[in-house]
Amino acid sequence: MSRATAEVIPAPPVAKSHRRRFNAGDQVFTGLAYAAALLMIVIAVIFVIALVIPALPAITSFGVGFLTGRVWDPVHLRFGALPAIYGTLVTSAIGILLAFPIGLGAALFLAEEGGLSAIRGPLSFAIELLAAIPSVVIGLWAFFILTPIMRSIVDPFLNHTLGFLPFFRGGASGYGYLTAGVVLAIMVLPIMTALSRDVIRAVPRALREASLALGATNAESIWSVVLPFARVGITGAVLLSLGRALGETIAVTMVIGNSPNISASLFSLGYTLPSVIANEFTEAVGKVYQGALFELALILALITIVVNVLARLLIWRFKGSEPSVA
Amino acid sequence: MNRLIVRIAVDRLVTGLIAISVALAAIPVIILLLFVVIKGVPGILASGFFTQSFHPYGVPGGGVLNAIVGTLEIVGIGSLLAVPVGALIGIFLSEYGRNQIGDTVRFISDVLTGLPSIAFGIFGYTVLVATLGHFSAVSASVALAVLMLPVILRATETALLLVPHSLREAGLALGAPRWRVTMEVIVPAALGGIVTGALLAMARAAGETAPLLFTALGNDYLQTNPLRPMGALALTVFRNALLPYSNLQDQAWAAGLLLVMLVALTNILARIYVRRIQR
Repeated sequence: MSRATAEVIPAPPVAKSHRRRFNAGDQVFTGLAYAAALLMIVIAVIFVIALVIPALPAITSFGVGFLTGRVWDPVHLRFGALPAIYGTLVTSAIGILLAFPIGLGAALFLAEEGGLSAIRGPLSFAIELLAAIPSVVIGLWAFFILTPIMRSIVDPFLNHTLGFLPFFRGGASGYGYLTAGVVLAIMVLPIMTALSRDVIRAVPRALREASLALGATNAESIWSVVLPFARVGITGAVLLSLGRALGETIAVTMVIGNSPNISASLFSLGYTLPSVIANEFTEAVGKVYQGALFELALILALITIVVNVLARLLIWRFKGSEPSVA
Repeated sequence: MNRLIVRIAVDRLVTGLIAISVALAAIPVIILLLFVVIKGVPGILASGFFTQSFHPYGVPGGGVLNAIVGTLEIVGIGSLLAVPVGALIGIFLSEYGRNQIGDTVRFISDVLTGLPSIAFGIFGYTVLVATLGHFSAVSASVALAVLMLPVILRATETALLLVPHSLREAGLALGAPRWRVTMEVIVPAALGGIVTGALLAMARAAGETAPLLFTALGNDYLQTNPLRPMGALALTVFRNALLPYSNLQDQAWAAGLLLVMLVALTNILARIYVRRIQR
């Protein structure tokens, strides 16, 4: 390399042996890279087997009735997944309903350019920091701080003002669906905000400016230009947040009350798919009981995979690229 | 004229709502951190917090040494497994991955990212705990390693793809073989992104509780053998919070604060590193 002059061009023997050695290096490296990629596929196959095989005893012994069974009674070995599925859907729905408007509003602010840019960076950082806080710490906070607030302030207030609805009836312990939903809202807020912000930022500036130039107010151009353009991407953001909410385990387990109920009242204690598994796994004795928990895990995995794949398709369609926040 | 006033009023209202939602989005993190610090500091300052292990219920004192050692060891072994493999898969994706295999790996990675963390616990349980016949720290490390893989490989791929094509072409034009161009030109240029990804993955793994419930199980005694059940900070928080002893609850808050500091430190390190690399 160092003697790179015109005279040195014909040097076939050296170059040949070098090339052969380098090719060997290339082959080894390529082989390693392919091996790593194949390992990923092997892991996926093992993962599927690890989720499906242990659930088989329960699937064969309970059949489809498992999904619709309303009784979860480990003592008498009667297992129905409906209370847990119901609890999962209700808490996630509350979480998304609370987080969506707040996240969208925050995203609209953070995506804007110009004025107040000094506080945008710190705000973005604060909201993303929330995503980094371990869920067990959020659960700890919710268990000691949020539940008393829910019990003595929020729940009585809702009961008083909206008590004519079946959702806000009955005594409130501070635990249950509503509290779990609030916790989930806090936990999905960062993803909802960050993803929506990125989607809104991708709206072409020219479109917004055209709308403003035509005399529309800021609110009108958000409503009739920005949001319609970003709708698909925002839907994807909501679905990704939903996927996160459905699978959240520890924080929910600490505040939902862990009791297999199906009740219209959001104040009542409940159970979710992940919290049943987390709460009962170590005490589950026998193939049938354990199998039932494994089947719950399988159901949970299937639901979240469907939601996530849908979300990614939507965001991918919107941006033509991958979502920046996983 | 009247309509104009309505339009302006609506605009102001929307501006106000947006401001309120920003405040609402930023408040939880502030409140959370405030409480964790206020409630956690007394426990951290208590004597023996860092030097003793768990004391039985009702016996005052005790610390979380067993959990600190456990978290570091479990996440350490997990990182040793996940970082090289994840980086290598990321290299595969960016350098050789424009094909069916690459797309399959990307799809798997996306699905793994979306899976609830509890599923990784089940994975660790069936693959290692059930086959070995007992709970162990190493099964937790494997579960966390699989959980970390998607973060690391995606960060690596993204960082490698950001390296200017001219650098690659310059290396190849000098006659260097492809693997040397990759390892000595492209990977160093993308190191910031790769290290950031690895650090973020480690921070996430350190905070996970659900996978540990089925693998490491927890241990009140100091344990360093990775083939035995082991404690972890996240498990201490989860278990102690639900116990009716105030000194143990204080420990839960303190362990939570420690966990938050660990995660924050890792995040800050990642940011500083990126800044230094970019300079």
